[in-house]
Amino acid sequence: MGWVVFGICVWLVGWLTNVWLARQPKSQTTSLAVPVIFGVTLILIWESVVRGLGISPVLLPPPSVIAERFSQSSEILWVDFVQTVIKGALSGYVIGCGAAFVIAVAVDRFPFLQRGVLPVGNFVAALPIIGMAPIMVMWFGFDWQSKAAVVVVMVFFPMLVNTVQGLQASDAMQRDLMRTYAAGYWKTLLKLRLPSAMPFVFNGLKIASTLALIGAIVAEFFGSPVRGMGFRISTSVGQLALDLVWAEIVVAAIAGSAFYGGVALLERAVTFWHPSQRG
Amino acid sequence: MRNVLPVLTVVAAIFVIWYVGAVALNATWAQDNAARAGGGELSFTELVADTLSQDKPKLPAPHQVALEIWETTVEKNITSRRSLIYHSWITMSATLMGFVLGTGLGIALAIGIVYNRTMDMSVMPWVITSQTIPILAIAPMIIVVLNAIGITGLLPKAVISMYLSFFPVVVGMVKGLRSPDRMQLDQMKTWHATGNQEFWKLRFPSSMPYLFTSLKVGMAASLVGAIVGELPTGAVAGLGARLLAGSYYGQTVQIWSALIMAAVLAACLVGIIGLTQRLVLKRMGMA
Repeated sequence: MGWVVFGICVWLVGWLTNVWLARQPKSQTTSLAVPVIFGVTLILIWESVVRGLGISPVLLPPPSVIAERFSQSSEILWVDFVQTVIKGALSGYVIGCGAAFVIAVAVDRFPFLQRGVLPVGNFVAALPIIGMAPIMVMWFGFDWQSKAAVVVVMVFFPMLVNTVQGLQASDAMQRDLMRTYAAGYWKTLLKLRLPSAMPFVFNGLKIASTLALIGAIVAEFFGSPVRGMGFRISTSVGQLALDLVWAEIVVAAIAGSAFYGGVALLERAVTFWHPSQRG
Repeated sequence: MRNVLPVLTVVAAIFVIWYVGAVALNATWAQDNAARAGGGELSFTELVADTLSQDKPKLPAPHQVALEIWETTVEKNITSRRSLIYHSWITMSATLMGFVLGTGLGIALAIGIVYNRTMDMSVMPWVITSQTIPILAIAPMIIVVLNAIGITGLLPKAVISMYLSFFPVVVGMVKGLRSPDRMQLDQMKTWHATGNQEFWKLRFPSSMPYLFTSLKVGMAASLVGAIVGELPTGAVAGLGARLLAGSYYGQTVQIWSALIMAAVLAACLVGIIGLTQRLVLKRMGMA
């Protein structure tokens, strides 16, 4: 009972603090503090509700148990992280985005192809490509190569569509100016069209960063060596070791946010001139 | 209309690549078989004929997949467990249920975020962060936990679909409900509009284009959620189960036909939303 009362108190205190903070003039501290307080409140409520109502750890382990498990099995988590994120997702991401970028630049030379590729690419990007996973596992074996292949297929089309669109972003006036400078195709591409395509390219890279992790993890549900985050999640669920599953999810969340954050930082460095970055 | 020819060219190119790939990938198996039968090397025409008609090819040719789809949709009874229509129906019902739940929840949360400053400041950053997290990873856990507390069947899959389709709707609707500018909001004030009127006559109508765009994204995500949600329960029913069963038994034609079926389903569902979007926006004079 004490835990439940504690949870209600935490909820009231957290909410009232946030209401008070939200009324203050907006500053960097308040806009950072409010979501942090919200998150901490949520975790504390979770902890107290699970303890107070005696929910079985098989259904929902409290955060403290997850944190404990996280620190205890850091070795397993690290091995899984390397297998899934570094080997599977990252290599597939680099290959897929690289290939899509090169093909987009090639397609861009032919307006005919461009008009064909955009609708088809948009269509394919909406399909459940993740279903290719069993086929890739069949072709490339159980190890990380098949996961990388799934990731390649998943990130390819969003990246292709965004890059092709980006290469059209420079307007006629700017291209004419390059012509009056007697700049050839390659010079125009390097000095004008690629830089102006960068906001679109980074949009594609950001979408692809989430897709890459999802692809690598889900592909492991179809078969993998005895390590990897998807493998660990599906087997631990079978053993009802939900604290380990949650620890893997924490790792996935950190990896996903860091991946996305890294791409966003790179974007800020490359497209510093764009209005959305100057804010 | 001027895009028809280029699109057809690209589609034709995809089919050519598919056929060439089928011949190339299945060639080793065909040659090995011929060598084992003592026939020596196959001639080119024999090779092509063999690679395009194997039983368990590495990459089935398009016409094999088309034939399998024809056999499992038109020629099978709909209630049969071997009918793809039956499996598609199961996946689609989970998708639609999750989509409706997710959209409802997303719109409700977006209204809360737009009208309540505290909610905006505390929830919105988490909604955005949560998009960078591979949420699909928790699908097996949701299924097993919901099974453990006695919820089985459609609902666990729908919960995963809901989770995936909910975020695009929140983000799109928040943008949409905020899209009326100062001037328009002031105009509503001068007309002495109540909060309710402001919402129904200005904010909600002007959020429609944003809503439909995010509905399309949400529907695609919802289908992915339903398919992945079918994996951990073992190969019971649904398109995801067909994929899993196919990968267990090496039935590549079955995997590909399930995959194409999923693609058709996605295209239909997203297409319906696109059509509704066009009709609604036309009625509203926005397109």
